[in-house]
Amino acid sequence: MTADTPRPLPAAQRLRLSDAARHRWAVVSRALAAIAGGYGLAALCSTALALWLPLARAEAVITGALTSFAVYAGAAMWAFAARTAGRAWAGIAWPSAVLGVAVWFTLRGTGGAA
Amino acid sequence: MKGGFRQSMAWLHTWSGLLVGWVLFMVFASGTSSYFREEISFWMKPELHRTPAQPAAQQAQAVEQAVRLLEREGAGSPRWTIGLPDERDPSLRVSWLPSKPPAGGGARPRPLTVNLDPATGERLADTRATRGGDFLYRLHFDLHYMPAMWARWIIGFCAMFMLVAIVSGVVTHRRIFSDFFTFRPRKGPRSWLDAHNATAVLALPFHLMITYTGLVTLMFMYMPWGAQAVYKGDEKAFTAEAFPNARANVPQKAAGRPTPLVPIAPLLEQSRAHWQGSAATRVVVTLPGDANAAVTIYRDDSANLSANYASMVFDGTTGRLIETRGENIPPASETRGVFVGLHMAHFAGPLLRGLFFLSGLAGCLMVATGLLMWAVKERPKYAKALARGGRIGFGLRLVDGLNIGAIAGVPLAMAAYFWANRLIPVGIAGRPDREIAAFFTVWGLAALAGIVWPSRRMWQVQLTVGGMLFALVPLLNPLTGGSGLFTAAASGHWNLVGFDTVCLLLGACLLTSAWWLARRQATARGAGTQAPRRAAASTAPAAAPLQSEPALVPARHALGAAESASP
Repeated sequence: MTADTPRPLPAAQRLRLSDAARHRWAVVSRALAAIAGGYGLAALCSTALALWLPLARAEAVITGALTSFAVYAGAAMWAFAARTAGRAWAGIAWPSAVLGVAVWFTLRGTGGAA
Repeated sequence: MKGGFRQSMAWLHTWSGLLVGWVLFMVFASGTSSYFREEISFWMKPELHRTPAQPAAQQAQAVEQAVRLLEREGAGSPRWTIGLPDERDPSLRVSWLPSKPPAGGGARPRPLTVNLDPATGERLADTRATRGGDFLYRLHFDLHYMPAMWARWIIGFCAMFMLVAIVSGVVTHRRIFSDFFTFRPRKGPRSWLDAHNATAVLALPFHLMITYTGLVTLMFMYMPWGAQAVYKGDEKAFTAEAFPNARANVPQKAAGRPTPLVPIAPLLEQSRAHWQGSAATRVVVTLPGDANAAVTIYRDDSANLSANYASMVFDGTTGRLIETRGENIPPASETRGVFVGLHMAHFAGPLLRGLFFLSGLAGCLMVATGLLMWAVKERPKYAKALARGGRIGFGLRLVDGLNIGAIAGVPLAMAAYFWANRLIPVGIAGRPDREIAAFFTVWGLAALAGIVWPSRRMWQVQLTVGGMLFALVPLLNPLTGGSGLFTAAASGHWNLVGFDTVCLLLGACLLTSAWWLARRQATARGAGTQAPRRAAASTAPAAAPLQSEPALVPARHALGAAESASP
C-alpha cells in the first residue's frame, strides 16, 4: 500500500504517519473490509439469491446460504489482493450497495404479501 | 499489497492461518476423534466390554422389549426414543423424557437412558457416568464452559479464516502437484514448508470439503438473512419447508384421553416393505398412551451420503400411516444434506471411516506444521539480538508458547481425559464433569507452562508425557476393568482393539517426535559453530536460544522467493 501507491496520501502526510504506521493502518482497514465488508456482501448475495432465484422458496433460500461462504471467502481474498486499501473497500462496497438497493426494492415490493 | 497477487495471497495465507491456528488445531483434533465417537464412548464404559459382541437381534423382538420397559418406567412421558441395535452399537438404547419438567422450569429436561440386551430385554450392566466421545464431539463446535451460541460463532469465525487460508494457500502455490513429491529433510524452514505442503496437498480435497461443509452444518445460524427476507421471520414455515424431517406435523399437545399404544412391530414391517428392505434405525413415540400419540420410524440411512434421513409417521392409536418424509428431496435441500452428510461421515464403513480419520490427522499436521513454520521463519530476525545476549520478541515468544500449548498440549489433554475416565472413582457425584475438568486442567497447565517456558525442553517434556499416556492406554484398559487387546480380539470387539491400537500408535508418534527433538539437539551441540547450517536446521520447533547465523538470513529470503516463483 505504500510503495505501490502512485500519489502520496495527503491525509496521512498531514498526520505525519510513518511508513510503518501507514502500512499497519492499511492492513487494519483491509482486515475490516474482509471481515465486516465481506460478511455484508455475502449476506446480501445470499438474500438476493433467496429472493430472486426462480425456485421453490425453500430451495432458493438454501442455495443462497450454501453459496454465501464462497462469496465471503472471495471477498476476503479480494480485500487483500486489491492494489490499495481504498480499492479493497470500493470493490466490496459498490456491489454491496447495488445489491442492497435492489434487495430493498424487492422487499418493499413484496412487503405486504407474506 | 506490496508485490504481485501471489505475494499478497502468501501474506494472507500466513496470517489467516496463524491467527486462529491454535483453535483450528483443537477443532481438527477433536473433530477427527469424533469419527469414532461411538467407539470412544464404548471404550469409556468398560462395564460393557464383557457383554458378548452379538449379531443384531431381530428388530421386532427388540422393539417389543423396549416398549415393555417404557410402559413400566416411562409412563406419562411426552416422548420415547428407541435406538435399534446396529453394527456399530449392538445394544438397544431406550430413552424417555421425564413426565414432568424439573421444578423451577428453566433448563430443558434431559432424557433418561437405559441400555438393554435386545434379545432378552435385560438391562445391561450399569455403566459409569461419562460423556464419553460425546464430549470431544461437542468440544469440536460447542467448546465448553461457555454458551453454545458464542462457541459456534467463534468456531464459525475460525472456520472462515481456515477457508480463506486454504484457498489463498492453493493460489500461492503454483507448483502444487510437483511440490507434493518434494521433501527436503534437515533443511530448516524448507523442510517445514515441504512437510506443510505434503500434509496439506495430500488431503486437500478433504480439507476444503471439511471446512466448507462445517460452515454449512450451521449455515442458517451464520447466514439467516435469506430465510428472514423470504419468510419474513416465520421460522416455523421455513423449518417445515427446508427440513424434511422437522416434527411440525406431529401433535405436540396431549388430548387427555388415555388410549393404548398400537403395537410397533407391525409398523416396522410396514416401513421395511415401503423402503424396499431398508431397516429402521430409530423409533420415536410422541405422547405415548394418549389419543394424540404418533410413531415416527427413521430409516437406517447409514449407507446414504445425505444427512436428510427418510422417515414414516404413523398414528399411534390406529397405526394408520400419516405421512412419509425425506423421499423426494429437492436438489438444493439434498445438496445441503450431502454436505452435512459428508462432514459427519455417517455413511462411511470402517475402511472409509479410517481414511477420513487419517485425513483429519493430516489436517492436524497441516495446521501444526504451518504454525511451526511461522516461528521457524521468524526466528532468524532475532539472531543478532540473541547473539548479543538479548531476547526474542514478544510475538515470537507468544507463538512459541501457544504452539506448545496446542500441538503438544491438546494430545496430552485428550490422553488425560481417557486416563481420568478410568482413574476417577465410579459413583462419585458429578463424575462426567470431573473427567472433563481433568481434560481442561491438563490442557490449561500445558498451555500455561508452554507460554511461561517456551523452550525445546518443554516440547520434549509435553510430547513425552502425552506419548507415554497414549502408549500406555492398552495397558491401562485391562488393568481398570476393560477388555485388553487380546481379550477384545478373542471376543470380537474390534472397536476396542481399534481404540487401543490407535492410542498405541499415537503414543509412538508423539514419543518419536520427542526423541527426534532430543537427537537434533544433540547434533546441534556436537556440531557447535563449525556447522551453522545444521544447527539452524535443528532449531525447529524449539525455542532454544540460537547462535547468530548470518547464513540463515539469505536462506529465509530464498524461501520466500521459492514460494512464489518456480525456479
